[in-house]
Amino acid sequence: MKLKTLISALASVLLIGSQVAHADKWGDQFPHIAATGDIPGMCSYESMSQKDYSGRTLTINTHAIPVMGEPTALHAEQFEKLTGAKVEVTHTPAGDLYSKAMVPFQAGQAPYDIVFGFSNFINDWKRYLAPVPQEYVDQMDGVSASHKAIASWDGVMYQYPVDGDRHYLKYRKDVIDNPEMQAKYKADTGKELKVPTTWKEYGEMASYFNGWDWDGDGELEYGSAEVMKKDDLMYAAFYSRSVAYAKNESTPGGFFFDLETMEPLINNPGFVEALTDWVDAVNYVPPGGINFGLGDEINSFGGGQTLFSFSWDDAFVAAMQPDSPIANQVGAAQLPGADKVWNRDNGMWDAKYNQAPFFVWGWAVGVAGKSDNKDVAFDYLCFFANGANHQADIGIGRFGVNPFMEEDFKADVWTQIGWDADIAQSYVETLADMEKSTNRVFPLRVPGTFEFNSALATGTAKALAGQLSPQEALDEVYAEWVSILDRVGADNVRDAYAVGVKMEDNEL
Amino acid sequence: MNFKHKYVFLLPGLIVLIGILIFPIIFTVRLSLSGWNSFNPGLDFIGLKNYIRLFTDDPRFWQSFFRLSFLAITTVFLQYIIGFALAHMVWKDIKFKRFFRVLFLIPMMTTPVIMTVIWRTFFHESLGPLNDFLSIFGVQPPWLSSPGLAKVSIIVVEVWQWTSFMFLLMLAGLLSLPKEPFLAAAVDGASPFKKFIYVTFPLMAPISIGAIIIRLIEASKIMDTVFVLTSGGPGTSTETSSFFIFIKGLREFQMGYAATASFTYLIIMIISLTIIVKVLTKVLMRE
Repeated sequence: MKLKTLISALASVLLIGSQVAHADKWGDQFPHIAATGDIPGMCSYESMSQKDYSGRTLTINTHAIPVMGEPTALHAEQFEKLTGAKVEVTHTPAGDLYSKAMVPFQAGQAPYDIVFGFSNFINDWKRYLAPVPQEYVDQMDGVSASHKAIASWDGVMYQYPVDGDRHYLKYRKDVIDNPEMQAKYKADTGKELKVPTTWKEYGEMASYFNGWDWDGDGELEYGSAEVMKKDDLMYAAFYSRSVAYAKNESTPGGFFFDLETMEPLINNPGFVEALTDWVDAVNYVPPGGINFGLGDEINSFGGGQTLFSFSWDDAFVAAMQPDSPIANQVGAAQLPGADKVWNRDNGMWDAKYNQAPFFVWGWAVGVAGKSDNKDVAFDYLCFFANGANHQADIGIGRFGVNPFMEEDFKADVWTQIGWDADIAQSYVETLADMEKSTNRVFPLRVPGTFEFNSALATGTAKALAGQLSPQEALDEVYAEWVSILDRVGADNVRDAYAVGVKMEDNEL
Repeated sequence: MNFKHKYVFLLPGLIVLIGILIFPIIFTVRLSLSGWNSFNPGLDFIGLKNYIRLFTDDPRFWQSFFRLSFLAITTVFLQYIIGFALAHMVWKDIKFKRFFRVLFLIPMMTTPVIMTVIWRTFFHESLGPLNDFLSIFGVQPPWLSSPGLAKVSIIVVEVWQWTSFMFLLMLAGLLSLPKEPFLAAAVDGASPFKKFIYVTFPLMAPISIGAIIIRLIEASKIMDTVFVLTSGGPGTSTETSSFFIFIKGLREFQMGYAATASFTYLIIMIISLTIIVKVLTKVLMRE
């Protein structure tokens, strides 16, 4: 028995030793993973180095640099060195990712072996994508169950998990937690300065801290950085502001539509209240903030220009990087809620506090069904998301790679890259609490998703620009959504929407 | 030569013409009669449904068309005035004439998208150099956030980029004018102003009409400036027909409907430009 234990211990030491050796070797050769070295696995640096794809060319359509485009290109370069394959990467603006894949898909062509997009493309793209082979699914032990579900449709995984996204609140801790600022705010407004729990509080604080140099850096600071540019994911920002007023746990059966009747709910008083708040927000964003896309929002908050921000993780991670002027001065919290929530069953406001996380999901990537290089493509994606790359990528804000593995929800991962312990803790708790919530909203994943979201972006953009009142704008969106339902077919939309509603109603 | 041989020689040109001009137009018309979208790809036949929707239920298309008309007419008018003035200036014997001729052509030689990105930085409301300078005087106009000023910004960029083209055509026209009418005007003691009104301008009328029409055709397709500078915003305040068609076709993937808007727009432009040519000819060439 003792001999058996000794042999086993020796074997373990040898195994660990060999892994450390790999880590050193690959970490030296590829500085990107210097902190961790290689992490063993099916798609590790070591495993990939044993493949020979010489003479094979892989084509990838990804987002513009830096968000997702930079890690795609970086891992392509590494993959080339390891396997001998040639990887051609095309960078495309976010708004064109969908059509750049769909045009050839519909024409029966596959100019790109790998296409990047957003996870809500899945319904439109799935018929053109190759399912992820089981061997790759089997090695995704660390991927959270919710993200495996997000990447799949009817139990078949079509999108390779590389990113996980949620919208949550980011704030300047050095201001909100500062006793001097708290006293000043109290004296001037009679209210407490704290992490806002409602959008009204958010607006009040953002207005107060708008247009003056509250951090003493010689520059003016502003209240909030938000994605307000039409056709640049602004619809997601609006949903984040709407969930507090329009997602009522006591009225299950749909947030965007009434699942039974497929009546769009987009112009009900809950959404109108959210849009009214958003129109007010135009007064406390930086100059030109109405044209901020996601990149502008990340740079604005991450660069220390605003008190608040509330979209994807990227702005938070960018703000926490060592070269950021506000590193370790930011906090994370749930999206603000509201003191009332619309009850569509009785047509009245429920006077209760309501908060709902918005799982906006994130970047998704698939392999074209007609690709001749599926084997290389899946290996590339597997390599992209391997342990070493993932750990390095999530610490770089501009990369746009955000937590989706169980390991990522541990504070240690973040303190190791220089985050203060309390910030790391609040960050992982915020993410974890969203997972636990029973009042979550998931984005639309229905046929014609782009039409619905584009109509919403147009309507809300008109309201932000003062062309229409919030009610008029959302009435216009409602009419457009009804037309889209007519064109696409209400039953087709219902079938797909039912999946999301089940998740929202905690039935899946 | 056999009569039929002529057709054989014409055939390559005809095939190219059919391939690059006739086929796309016919395909667009066919596409416009289909409901091709992301969910239902294919050339099904839905009759005139898309046209009925466009004419009866889509004010956004018509708003974008009228906005385009405003932008196109304003920019081309300004380009004509400035381009003609600059051409007139370097037509005369002035110092550094050659230098100015090259200098005025530079904007046209730059890449529109790149230049628009530079202009966007220039107009940036919190970080841009323009507002940085204007803040000395206590003003910081919202160049791209106000519906009115966003249109002005687009006009500025378009005029800056394409006045060179107008300048080039007008200078070529001025250099080709006969000298006799000017000598006769000089003998009659005409002032420079009268020479311009009664000699230069009428003689330049044919080339002016050509230049204006060429620029109007180009300006009516304005897309890159809008895309890069404002994305049609704020709201829809700078959305033009081309941008609208782009959004419908390549963002929302309503290919059938985008083809309908595209074909309708083509017809409207053919009719509008024909009328504009006739009006310009009547006004500028009445002598």
